[in-house]
Amino acid sequence: MTATLVVVGHGMVGHRIVQALRDRDTGGRWRVIVLAEEPRPAYDRVALSSYVDSWDPEALALPGNDYAGDDLVELRLGDPAVRIDREARTVVTAGGVEYRYDALVLATGSRPFVPPVPGHDLPGCFVYRTIEDLDAIRAAAERARTSTAPGRRAAMVVGGGLLGLEAANALRGMGFSPNVVELAPRLMPLQVDEGGGALLRRLIERLGLTVHTGTSTESIQRDGDRLLAKLSNGTELDLDLVVFSAGVRPRDELAREAGLEIGPRGGVVVDEGCRTSDEHVYAAGEVACLDGKVYGLVAPGYTMAEVVVDRLLGGGATFPGADTSTKLKLLGVDVASFGDAHAATEGALEVVFNNAVAGSYAKVVVSDDAQVLLGGVLVGDASAYTSLRPMVGRELSVDPALLIAPEGAGVGTGVGVGALPDDAQICSCNAVTKGQITAAITEQECADVPALKACTRAGTTCGSCVPMLRQLLESCGVEQSKAICEHFAHSRAELFEIVQSTGIRTFSELVTRHGQGRGCDICKPAVASILASLGSGHILDGEQAALQDTNDHFLANLQRNGTYSVVPRVPGGEITPEKLIVLGEVARDFGLYTKITGGQRIDLFGARVEQLPAIWKRLVDAGFESGHAYGKALRTVKSCVGTDWCRYGVQDSVTLAIELELRYRGLRSPHKLKAAVSGCARNCAETPTKDFGVIATEKGWNLYVGGNGGFAPRHAELLAADLDTETLVRYIDRFLMFYIRTADRLQRTSAWIESLEGGLDHLREVVVEDSLGIAEELEAAMRRHVENYTDEWADVLGDPEKLARFVSFVNAPDAPDPSIEFVERRGQRIPVGSEERGSQPALIAGPKLEVVNS
Amino acid sequence: MTALVERTETWVQVCRITALLPERGVAALLPDGSQVALFRTYDNEVYAVSNTDPFSEANVLSRGIVGDRGGVAVVASPMYKEAFDLRTGVCVDNPEVSVPVYPVRVVDEWVQVGLR
Ligand code: SRM
Ligand SMILES: Cc1cc2nc3c(=O)[nH]c(=O)nc-3n(C[C@H](O)[C@H](O)[C@H](O)COP(=O)(O)OP(=O)(O)OC[C@H]3O[C@@H](n4cnc5c(N)ncnc54)[C@H](O)[C@@H]3O)c2cc1C
Ligand code: SF4
Ligand code: FES
Repeated sequence: MTATLVVVGHGMVGHRIVQALRDRDTGGRWRVIVLAEEPRPAYDRVALSSYVDSWDPEALALPGNDYAGDDLVELRLGDPAVRIDREARTVVTAGGVEYRYDALVLATGSRPFVPPVPGHDLPGCFVYRTIEDLDAIRAAAERARTSTAPGRRAAMVVGGGLLGLEAANALRGMGFSPNVVELAPRLMPLQVDEGGGALLRRLIERLGLTVHTGTSTESIQRDGDRLLAKLSNGTELDLDLVVFSAGVRPRDELAREAGLEIGPRGGVVVDEGCRTSDEHVYAAGEVACLDGKVYGLVAPGYTMAEVVVDRLLGGGATFPGADTSTKLKLLGVDVASFGDAHAATEGALEVVFNNAVAGSYAKVVVSDDAQVLLGGVLVGDASAYTSLRPMVGRELSVDPALLIAPEGAGVGTGVGVGALPDDAQICSCNAVTKGQITAAITEQECADVPALKACTRAGTTCGSCVPMLRQLLESCGVEQSKAICEHFAHSRAELFEIVQSTGIRTFSELVTRHGQGRGCDICKPAVASILASLGSGHILDGEQAALQDTNDHFLANLQRNGTYSVVPRVPGGEITPEKLIVLGEVARDFGLYTKITGGQRIDLFGARVEQLPAIWKRLVDAGFESGHAYGKALRTVKSCVGTDWCRYGVQDSVTLAIELELRYRGLRSPHKLKAAVSGCARNCAETPTKDFGVIATEKGWNLYVGGNGGFAPRHAELLAADLDTETLVRYIDRFLMFYIRTADRLQRTSAWIESLEGGLDHLREVVVEDSLGIAEELEAAMRRHVENYTDEWADVLGDPEKLARFVSFVNAPDAPDPSIEFVERRGQRIPVGSEERGSQPALIAGPKLEVVNS
Repeated sequence: MTALVERTETWVQVCRITALLPERGVAALLPDGSQVALFRTYDNEVYAVSNTDPFSEANVLSRGIVGDRGGVAVVASPMYKEAFDLRTGVCVDNPEVSVPVYPVRVVDEWVQVGLR
């Protein structure tokens, strides 16, 4: 006879229980009724923050969550359980439906804890747990955007733990400046130690978040349609909204009312078989209290789900304890904490590498004899996490310091994935071992990460083990797809090879012979860039025009209102007064907003498409050229003033910067290229942030490569020292051409060097020692580039066919786009913000349009 | 599309088909001040959708890259790169958003857009 299981709660754990039961109960002993409070079937709460990328709830849905076609499962959405009658063994829902059960599982999760701060329930205060919570935050963000003056919106997150930082990150993505308020003296107090917390705070503040630690929120008040928060450190914050993320509390209310035993700090008390004080009732997930502990992570919840199912089927499984390791990347900052992170074990020893300059902190905790790894904390660079975590509790074969020694990128000898024993857990969320994964690869022929996910469930939850899955695939000899997009199964480097060796020079031929479909906004610009790097004529010639992103297509940079900016080249940042006057006159005559850029040149904003040729005619006549601010190409070579004027200069940095900029101008590459030359070690041109940077020495030039600013800033590293000018230029030629041939699409030089096997050392061998024997070829390619360079804008002005494309409307070529409007700010024109833009103005005396009747 | 064509009475003559380069859009202005983006795909189909990118509210869709997603002809907005199905106007990356599509036909080498 079929017995009835009622599962209360369709969250991550509730779903796992149903899935595991239906997988294992092949004889159909149990039919399952799931009572869900939320209006949609179970979704991936761990990935909740990614919802803000697409706002598509489907993207979060957990696979198989509707049990379609399974007669033994009934899922009731949006009708929560409100009462349990343990005598009668029934559950009643809010909708008044009563269900009898043979077994009941409580998987009701937790609710966000909202501290009883005065004003915590005002409109504009939110929590962060469900899709609906995020929708509400989004709606408030939208209101804030349209109702108040322009500028960045402010928000406060109460709680600086893992979830609080995640919420702050999401708010930042929605255009808010977040303030994080944490009661403890450091961020993420549960996971990281004092040293790690201090670095974490610095890295996060650098990204524009404001952090208040050791601080509580005293009150929140209404202030017109905004909120005013008062903090215990005296700060007052003027806010658009507040998100509470100060921990969670188990949703044990049903169990309390039914008289089940409750833990001292909440949670339904269960034994190691996940059974509550009533033998017919189980609890699993965040609502359960096991050994006095409530787990706020999904992995222990999944393990409990398996235990419950085993028990329901007559087994005797017990909860083995849980791994509470954490790894996350927030705002580009890596944080990981695993095992005994706080060195609580008796006699535990700590080994710490704290590099405040590079922004990384690493600590491992080992046993008193330094033989066993117990845990660790990594901040800033957590690359060692995936290989260290599975080693916890195991004998070390190396000196603990080597595990986190900076040079070895964290992975000391003997800790690579190959060195792990088969029973080491690779995916801790789903308890999958290395042996199970390698078996799936070798015996069940899983050939990529998606197949491994489907087959073993590894990697399906937090995703932090995915890099290890890739490594395991590779170590089993399975090659990984480097496909650039759905149209080509090749990487950019492979496409480069194909184009170069076959002589194919059109996209159509390339996609017909080596790809499929008609391409997209990923592969087309990539192929356009490859064609341009190989010197295939003007980028707007023939079919090439249709491959270009709008910036390259109009040789200008698209702005948010559909106008473009104009950036003429100013080599090395040196400019004559006459040329400055021309720029001023052109800007004035066309009403362009004018600004000095961070790249030592001048940007003119607000040009409409049909104005670009007239603007450039004036500029080209005055001797200006395209600055390629729109292209994945050389941007600028910044200079400092050097020996000509500076009392410390040791070489002529301006002349070299101009020479380099003129040599590499127009060079198309996988990503943009920036450079700088400084006249002495004081380095006023900021070379460490450049793809290639040159610093003068008494003896010549030092060449640094692989730096960038941007989202994940990186310092350039020394490639070669004390070079004469000719050797320097030769090395840069080789470096750039090698990069152009082998890098991925949109991979800056820093990431490319990192991806090279052997890294910087290998690059040095190729560039300086010519270990691959291709130096001559690379230099020849650069010579061709230099010889064939022409100014793209001068070419367009001389070609009526190309000029004809610079029109606003095909049927009214000179009519300005009527939706483009400006307002004045500090004496210049800027675009009307969307909030200030009314309905489209009617056309007065509009262009003549041809109308026919059918 | 057929149904729309039948209900449309007024057509605006926009340009010669030769002004439409394959896989590169142009913008056209309609008498009511609204703007359409016209595209000709590689297989010579002509499509017309609103020129307004719903995500930025800028009139720029005609300047996007034309290609396909799983065989469906799309244009990717040049602003934030969402792709729109040229047949239906539905945003492939976020199906809750779509842009209006316009009836379009080619008569004697002339591209004509139907007023909605
Ligand atoms: C105009 C300017 C800001 C300014 O007013 O100073 C600027 C403006 C833009 N930057 Fe920048 N960046 C400007 C200097 C910089 C600098 C500073 C520098 O070059 O010394 C950096 C950090 C250095 C670096 O690149 O590593 C910088 C890092 C970025 C990044 C991040 C790159 C990264 O690797 O993370 C992007 C995004 C991208 O390229 O993908 C970006 C992208 C952009 C874009 C193209 C964004 C866009 O797609 O609209 C902006 C449009 C330019 C325009 O409309 O003309 N901009 N940008 C600067 C133009 C310099 C020039 O003369 O060409
Ligand atoms: C933003 C965010 C990020 C996170 N990141 C991570 C992470 O990186 N790693 C990690 O391990 N964990 C993470 N977590 C925690 C993880 O999501 C939870 O541990 C996990 O969801 C717990 O599963 P559960 O089924 O116990 O609870 P839940 O997923 O909360 O599900 C409980 C369900 O029960 C429903 N319910 C409650 N009462 C009733 C009732 N009376 N009747 C019917 N239904 C009811 C609730 O509506 C809910 O749908 C994160 C959580 C959040 C919010
Ligand atoms: S880097 Fe050296 S030469 Fe250049 S300005 Fe600074 S001190 Fe002078
Ligand atoms: S460790 Fe979280 S999915 Fe594998």
